[in-house]
Amino acid sequence: MSTITIDERRAQALAELPPYREPGILARGSRWVRAHIIQFCAAGALLFMFIPVVIVVIFSFNLPDGKYNYVWAQFSTSAWVNVWSNTQITDSLTISIEIALISTLVATVLGTLIAFAIGRHNFRGRGGTNLLIFMPMATPEVVMGSSLLTLFVLAGQEGSLGGLTITIAHIMFCISFVVVTVKARIAGLDSRLEQAAMDLYADEKTTFAKVTFPLVLPGIVAAAMLAFSLSFDDFVITNFTSGQTVTFPMYIWGAAGRGIPPEANVVGAIMFGLALIVVLVPEIVRGVRKSRA
Amino acid sequence: MSAAPAPGAAAKAPADDVARPVGAHKWTPYVLLTPGMLWLGVFFVVPTVMLVKMSLSSGTAFSGDGSFTFSRSALQWSNYGDAWTKYVIDTPIFQKSLIYALIATTLTLVIAYPLAYTIAFKSGRWKNFLLVLVIAPFFTSFLLRTNAWQTILVDSGPVVTFMENIGLLDFLHTVTNIPDSWPSWAQIFPDGITDPNRVLATPLAVIVGLAYNFLPFMTLPLYASLERIDIRFIEAATDLYSSAWTAFRKVTFPLSLPGVVAGTLLTFIPAAGDPVNAALLGSASDAMMGNAIDAQFKSTGNYPLAAALSALLMFVIVAMVSVYVRRAGTEELV
Repeated sequence: MSTITIDERRAQALAELPPYREPGILARGSRWVRAHIIQFCAAGALLFMFIPVVIVVIFSFNLPDGKYNYVWAQFSTSAWVNVWSNTQITDSLTISIEIALISTLVATVLGTLIAFAIGRHNFRGRGGTNLLIFMPMATPEVVMGSSLLTLFVLAGQEGSLGGLTITIAHIMFCISFVVVTVKARIAGLDSRLEQAAMDLYADEKTTFAKVTFPLVLPGIVAAAMLAFSLSFDDFVITNFTSGQTVTFPMYIWGAAGRGIPPEANVVGAIMFGLALIVVLVPEIVRGVRKSRA
Repeated sequence: MSAAPAPGAAAKAPADDVARPVGAHKWTPYVLLTPGMLWLGVFFVVPTVMLVKMSLSSGTAFSGDGSFTFSRSALQWSNYGDAWTKYVIDTPIFQKSLIYALIATTLTLVIAYPLAYTIAFKSGRWKNFLLVLVIAPFFTSFLLRTNAWQTILVDSGPVVTFMENIGLLDFLHTVTNIPDSWPSWAQIFPDGITDPNRVLATPLAVIVGLAYNFLPFMTLPLYASLERIDIRFIEAATDLYSSAWTAFRKVTFPLSLPGVVAGTLLTFIPAAGDPVNAALLGSASDAMMGNAIDAQFKSTGNYPLAAALSALLMFVIVAMVSVYVRRAGTEELV
């Protein structure tokens, strides 16, 4: 038996191996797909979420054949030009915005106070308080709407259903969402910041005004935006408490049977654009600041 | 589902740890609470009591003198009997609502989980952008978005044609169309979950609409829950030779259960009472509880029956939720 060097043996072994081949494009492709399957599902979910929004925007440029705006007929900007001359739309929009502004203001104040009480204080009845905050979020809207209608009817106020009763209802269901949002912000607060302020001889009022409140403010703003969109878009509870008052969702509901005009889609598209700007501009500003720093 | 204690619940500061700000009076929290709680008391608790009271009264709104009689000695339990006969036995609208909502919630969970998982673990610097995308559909009117499904699912449109060509519609129709072997099922889906040739005006359209509308309500709590998971737990599992799937099944998913619970509740509850999807996307026979309550209040004016129906829905949901929530606790959810 002749002796061979380790290098010769290595060369032999390599020669015996099947030649190495780059995996084909198909194999690499399928491996890549398998590794990213979750991301594909996520992309699908986002697509599912966005197709209706895209349809709403696209069909604001449609000139429907009949009264129903379901099938694409012809490109037209007439809806965008005429949207503010449709008084049904402008009237209902005005009412919805007024109601949403008042509801947001009241619900944000009341909800923020509750959030501070829960997040910052110990008191008897925490469990009950939490339950009462949780219940409106865990009750179907039809039940809340019909309950409020029953209350107004039994109080002999059926004739005065309208803007006021809608606003009362909206404040009611917005409070819980404000509490949850602001409370999360308070819970995430680093209490050492406040202690530092106190150590530096700030009294409680100053600490609250200069440290605590500014730190919680983004949460309050987010809560207010949430409350506004919840109120502005609410249909189910409004349907029970509106009487003859027509908010924008009530207008769309009424129009659904006889055909929603493309002008309503224009309003939907504008709402979407505005909200996107409100949300994205601070993000972009933050990004620019960061990249400068 | 095993009752593994949620780590999030343990990590969260219990009430006792909340430091009372120095110098705050012991009644300060009550001063802060009172206005909001009063509002919720007067416009949430009192109306609910009034609803129950109405459900035990007699009278109708549109005939006679339009007033209602409530008497402690003659509680009108027959309203509940009527509601039961009408909406559970004669037409199974009640069961239908719960089943539609249940299927929609399952669908939502399946669709939302990969999305929440991707945002929590795989999105890197796109995280905030993706979160904005998840809530962005809320930025436009939900009635308009629901209505847009009429365009998407229009008969012989591209989506329906595709589902028809791959045999999906036929398959769903055949599998769910069980005429006599299971009568209660056949009552709820008399002609299967969908038609072989169309989706609009079938239960499938309503269920898809429900799943679509409440998707963000599922995604956000799931994301919040996944985001809190210490990634080292998952690494430890894979270090100990578990496969990716086992690591998910034994570690990631159980740790995300608080999010699953919150998400399914936030989807199921509004879906069970929703009148919009059934009205815009379904046929008359797809009417759900929301539509029945709405019709009894608005068209019939039989407020006591409508109130009984509404209270029944509330009781059933409260019962289901309290059994379900026992594992999570409200402090975690609020």
